[in-house]
Amino acid sequence: MELQAVLMAAGGGSRMPDLTYNTPKPMLPVGNKPLMWYPLNLLERVGFEEVIVITTKEVHKMMSTDPKMKDVKMKLDVVCIQEDGDMGTADALRHIQQKIKTDVLVVSCDLITDVALHEVVDLFRAHNATLAMLMSKAHEFTDTVPGQKGKKKTAEQRDFVGVDQSGKRLLFMANEADLEDGLSIRKSIMRKHPRMHIKTGLEDAHLYCLKKAVVDFLADNKSISSIRGELVPYLVRKQFSKTTNSPKIKDDAEDQNQKTIDGSTNHGQDEPLLQLAQERSCWNDHRGDMSEAYHGGKLRCYVHIIDQGLCYRVNTLAAYIEANRLAPKLFEEPAVHPSAVISERCQMGSDSIIGALCQVADKTSIKRSTIGNSTTVKEKVKVTNSIIMHGVTIEEGCNIQGCVICSNAVIGRGADLKYCLVGSGQQIEPEESSATRLSSLIE
Amino acid sequence: MADSGVTDGLCDTDDIERSKTEGKELTKEEKQRLRKEKKHQKKIKEKKDDAASHEDEKKKKKKKEEKPVGAASQPPTQPSQKVAPAPAPVPVPASETPALADKPAKSKADLKAERRARQESERASKQGKKGDVGQPVPTSKPKAPPSELQPVVKRLPEHVQVDNPDVLKKLAKKLERQQIPLRSDYGYKVSLFSHLHQYSRKAPLTQQLGIPSTVIHPAIVRLGLQYSQGIVAGSNARSVALLHAFKQVIRDYTTPPNEELSRDLVNKLKPYISFLNQCRPLSASMGNAIKYIKKEISNIPSQCKEEEAKSKLLSCIECYINEKIILAAKAIAKYSIEKISDGDVILVYGCSSLVNHILCEAFEKKRKFRVIVVDSRPRLEGREALRRLVQRGISCTYVLISAVSYILPEVSKVFLGAHALLANGYVMSRVGTSQIALVAKAFNVPVLVCCETYKFCERVQTDSFVSNELDDPDELIVTRKGKTQLEHWQEVPSLGLLNLVYDVTPPDFVDLVITDLGMIPCTSVPVVLRVKNVDQ
Repeated sequence: MELQAVLMAAGGGSRMPDLTYNTPKPMLPVGNKPLMWYPLNLLERVGFEEVIVITTKEVHKMMSTDPKMKDVKMKLDVVCIQEDGDMGTADALRHIQQKIKTDVLVVSCDLITDVALHEVVDLFRAHNATLAMLMSKAHEFTDTVPGQKGKKKTAEQRDFVGVDQSGKRLLFMANEADLEDGLSIRKSIMRKHPRMHIKTGLEDAHLYCLKKAVVDFLADNKSISSIRGELVPYLVRKQFSKTTNSPKIKDDAEDQNQKTIDGSTNHGQDEPLLQLAQERSCWNDHRGDMSEAYHGGKLRCYVHIIDQGLCYRVNTLAAYIEANRLAPKLFEEPAVHPSAVISERCQMGSDSIIGALCQVADKTSIKRSTIGNSTTVKEKVKVTNSIIMHGVTIEEGCNIQGCVICSNAVIGRGADLKYCLVGSGQQIEPEESSATRLSSLIE
Repeated sequence: MADSGVTDGLCDTDDIERSKTEGKELTKEEKQRLRKEKKHQKKIKEKKDDAASHEDEKKKKKKKEEKPVGAASQPPTQPSQKVAPAPAPVPVPASETPALADKPAKSKADLKAERRARQESERASKQGKKGDVGQPVPTSKPKAPPSELQPVVKRLPEHVQVDNPDVLKKLAKKLERQQIPLRSDYGYKVSLFSHLHQYSRKAPLTQQLGIPSTVIHPAIVRLGLQYSQGIVAGSNARSVALLHAFKQVIRDYTTPPNEELSRDLVNKLKPYISFLNQCRPLSASMGNAIKYIKKEISNIPSQCKEEEAKSKLLSCIECYINEKIILAAKAIAKYSIEKISDGDVILVYGCSSLVNHILCEAFEKKRKFRVIVVDSRPRLEGREALRRLVQRGISCTYVLISAVSYILPEVSKVFLGAHALLANGYVMSRVGTSQIALVAKAFNVPVLVCCETYKFCERVQTDSFVSNELDDPDELIVTRKGKTQLEHWQEVPSLGLLNLVYDVTPPDFVDLVITDLGMIPCTSVPVVLRVKNVDQ
């Protein structure tokens, strides 16, 4: 067996609390499919037959009832963890260490992408890498997000990513928050890779190929709790650390850790043969200095950066809205679900989606919107640029523009909502106008 | 004069008799023909009822019947037997009586001829149904139609018949059966090399494989990727990596129930070998290593337990690598060091692991020499050789192949590595090697080729066209000062990019081949092969 897939679906969605306080993030509907369906579909398309899903009990319950999840033909091995516990992604991996028999492919549940996964895995295979990850050019979300006054400033911390000349080898990774004075790069890196490209406009897709030795290393090191936040920068740093250190206790511990990562290839007893093959091969990954391929380093981290194509992480409201708009383009599915009842005098734009068992009455206009399952839309309603989740009732004469309406809400007659976010199960009174509450959050 | 007259006279009588007999034969022949035509017309009527295959047979028969009437070298049917002894003086009446007697006999003869012809045609059609490449034609005649004349040839390997759609179809079917994706050719191929595969590095075979590869062992997938991306390059490195991957395959192998390890394991290896072949055509050294492994596997006795068999195979592989690669390199280094004297200027081409090893060993034995490394695009492997030699402390010069005739007056010896040594003494090596050997010959500089015996191959080749490897043509594109001139080469209809990998050097340019068996001339390669085969 080559790779085992692990889907991390226990995240809280802390950056979009308005959407997730009722529905857990993995089950948020995007294009009328639960969010976690997208990475599962990606894995299925590529050829995986089994996935280990780490999630909470609540999500597990919702998964079993959701019809779309039944479409997933892979065997899902669901591991439930405590929802309140502060379990990071690395902690979750440590939790399932017994199940991991080979190298792992860790995917986050909020990744929607159409990347050719073999590009990442090929880097992992060909260079016998310890870590291979996927990054994409960050997207600027230009649409106005409901519930926010004015343009949101990018208060998000930037990531500084350093790659070598080929653009594949990962040399440096740090978050702006960790850099107090400035960016400092070790001399050993500069000596080995004199040309480094440092990029800031990249977004991590949270898709990692990790060697089994790394999972074993995590089991020994309980201090690492997040893959992205701690493990990846640690591995990137360790590529260039010297193996012989001054005899301090801390360094010894680190040395041992390094040895466990370095020394355990799949079959340690064939190491001399691999070494012989590499010696006899006339290939080098760099030129200009006297060292052999990979500078003799055993620990290697690679990154595949995509600049074209779809790659979104749905962890903010803006991303959620954008994903809803673009996700349906990934699949060739009919825009209107066959079980929906739509009257003939409804004007529906071509980029709208209507879910199952919907009822759309006459003289409605639906443009650039997503309407969830079992929603009722009465007459003379105008829905533009909005996302309407499941079970919503929209009474007559409403005008909804740029809104996100969560499940089971009721919008009263004649309401006029612009750029609002209506929480789950809320009721909007008739003749309510968002003008009275400028782009507000209705809860 | 008299003699000639006598002979003339004799000749005259001969001629007369000959003409008489021939005349009679002609008449005989005419009669035969008439009879045959009648029969043929009857048969045609019958044929119209029968299927077309019968027609073919009858046609063949007819032709076979006509043939004895025609040329001299004929199958021994009755009429020709009559023709052959006819030039000998035959008494006229004797010939008449046989002629008379022959008339009823000839009908028998005709029947026999027909029967024989029918048998032969049936035999031929049976062999045709077997679908073999060649039909052994026992009566191979230049007059016979070309469809019947398919001489027995050894099957051409698939990888040099890419422009034949039937061969491609067969390959596609075979790969489908083994569940391996077919890699499609890329770009315009120069017409002289259109019979070879040309793949793109940017379209790896793993695109079409599922990611947790279940059909193919992950070690083999990794190996295939490393081959196609050039991470493992050089025939020694490729063989060692291949054997390493096979070791992992054997370790992870479990015999399915009701199967024998000796047969099943070989069948398991076949799709892996096809996969590796698709990633990059196998080298001669890899081919020999695979033959060795397959032989070892099939020689495992059936009583052997699985664990024991596996450990035996693993030790065989280690033994092979140790003997044929590591120890052979040591032996070759020992022989070569005798040939390197102090003050030598040695020219090497590209990056041959063996030649580098030799030079490093010679340097350790305190020989004083300097090295000139010749390099060529697009691979620029010489840079890696340069790095390895300079790292040891050997003083080197670096030139491109275009400067080789400039630098050769300084050179005292040329050491070349080989990818394979062919059975007719030709050396197959990186493209450019034959150029170096040619120029060295012109300058009277001795050329020494270093090659282990496991790279000796039974193929015979005299030119670099028939069997070669085409690398990705995009590798030839270079960007200088931000400009890529050949970026849109595919859009220019009259432009083709050719990136050859190998070429063959004739034995006249090679002065000595240094192998682990000793120093032999190039023409002794078939002897070594024969000895090797006898040993095995």
